[in-house]
Amino acid sequence: MSSGAVSTSVSTSVPSDVLAVEVTDLRKEFRRRDRRAGRFVRRRMPALNGVSFTMKRGECVAILGQNGSGKSTLVRLLSTLLIHDGGEARIFGHDAFHETRAVQRLVNRVSVEASFFKKMSAAENLSYAARFYGLGPAQTRDKIPEILGRVGFPADRRGESMENLSRGMQQKVALARALLTSPVLLLLDEPTTGLDPRSKLEVQEFIKEVRIEHDATILLCTHDMLEAESLADRVGLLDRGELLFLEPVDAVKKRYGVDTLEQAFFAATGREFEAEADEDDEIREVFG
Amino acid sequence: MTAIAATLRSELIGLGGIVERNVYLTKRYFLWDLAFMVWTIANTLTIVFIARAVHLPQAQENILATELLVGAVIWAFLGIIFEFLTETVAWERWEGTIEYTFMAPLSRSMHLGGMGVFAVLYGLIRATILFFVVAAFIGIHMPDANFGAALALLGIASFSFIGIGMMTSVLPLISPEKGAQLGFVMQGMMLVVSGVYYPVSVMPHWMQAIAKVSPATYALRGDRASIVRGAGLAWADVWPLLIIAVVAIPLGLAIFKRGERYAKKHGKLKRSG
Repeated sequence: MSSGAVSTSVSTSVPSDVLAVEVTDLRKEFRRRDRRAGRFVRRRMPALNGVSFTMKRGECVAILGQNGSGKSTLVRLLSTLLIHDGGEARIFGHDAFHETRAVQRLVNRVSVEASFFKKMSAAENLSYAARFYGLGPAQTRDKIPEILGRVGFPADRRGESMENLSRGMQQKVALARALLTSPVLLLLDEPTTGLDPRSKLEVQEFIKEVRIEHDATILLCTHDMLEAESLADRVGLLDRGELLFLEPVDAVKKRYGVDTLEQAFFAATGREFEAEADEDDEIREVFG
Repeated sequence: MTAIAATLRSELIGLGGIVERNVYLTKRYFLWDLAFMVWTIANTLTIVFIARAVHLPQAQENILATELLVGAVIWAFLGIIFEFLTETVAWERWEGTIEYTFMAPLSRSMHLGGMGVFAVLYGLIRATILFFVVAAFIGIHMPDANFGAALALLGIASFSFIGIGMMTSVLPLISPEKGAQLGFVMQGMMLVVSGVYYPVSVMPHWMQAIAKVSPATYALRGDRASIVRGAGLAWADVWPLLIIAVVAIPLGLAIFKRGERYAKKHGKLKRSG
């Protein structure tokens, strides 16, 4: 992937002395419908339970956790897609639940599913996404090819339907979509899950590049411990809705007297770290 | 003032983005649209041929055929507006883009307004094609028709249709499985009470009372008068449409925002599949 500067008009309007993310005692629960003895019963399922942490501007923090640990709920709360049940979240000083428009201008995300209009091309999907952030055709005419070039997307495939592109290719377009709006906070929710090793490395390299050149603060939610270790300044562990720690990797290893993050997970939870297959974290939280 | 102008510009670009996206999708699904058009024409023919079956004198048969055609065309037009608005959420949920759209800094009025603007433009093109193809096929004569007035009234009615469509568009947001179907139920109910293929006077009194608050009643009455008798825009049809629009659009937006809040509270603002 080639490098190049993309304008950061939003980033220049954000005060530098404010914390990028300030989460205090954040709580969220979902109601789940269970069938017991032939009857439907509603149960409260805590997804986040008193999570608190801060992030400085320009920092990259990785939140590790298994499926259903609350990672996606955290990302969706910070993206203004969920309303909390308690606590507080501030993005560059703006209340994420009461100043949603201000927060939305500062944040963008890349999730595990690339999520595009499948019949539309990469360029058309980016154009559509850019309009929501006030970028008119005059601004995107040059910017879309430029940013697609940056993520290594072949120029001759810009007009092709998304459904014809590989997962890795789609994820690159998802990264381009997030960067197109020059976010100062980038929320990455399992951005490399399901990618082939080469695409995974490319995406990880690009995340590093974005951080250096784009003045972006990055919250990376993943269950890939190596990815967390290689990209993040600090690593946190979210387990069953609770943030067990958030520290630099060396401090985590020292705290538990272990050599790897996997061992640290075991020491912190008493369980092996296994990626649970076939169970969507959010589905489990919401629908059980 | 500059900040307000910048915000307004940004919002209008967002509205344009919705229209632009729908143009892209219409191009990509052109063959599907063509098939849908053929189906609508066939469906309309089944209704308009009824005029031939009742064995009226030529002039009366022509009037009945025209009135049925106007009813079928307005049904099709209204169907498009309701479909687009009701499926605002359903499409995005299906494609998986719903979270990206709802986390973007675009007001819901511009979001839904963009869907409404495209639906009206697309619906008017389809309605025009449908009207003239069926009229030519059946051989309907409309020597006195005032098409300008009919189109203008449909344009005015569109605002109230959009307002009511906004109310139904919330349904897929709060009920991902059944919401879209409930929107179609609403469309059907509205047309039943509005005299789509018959005069409002033949319905029971309670249905006639509901017809008074349905914009389709005035659109159907005015358009029939313009096309059959060549009448111009009648204030008696225009003012109720304007009043319904002034009430329905803010109410539709308020209902949608309430539904959005509910969806955010209960975690329903997410992709399906």
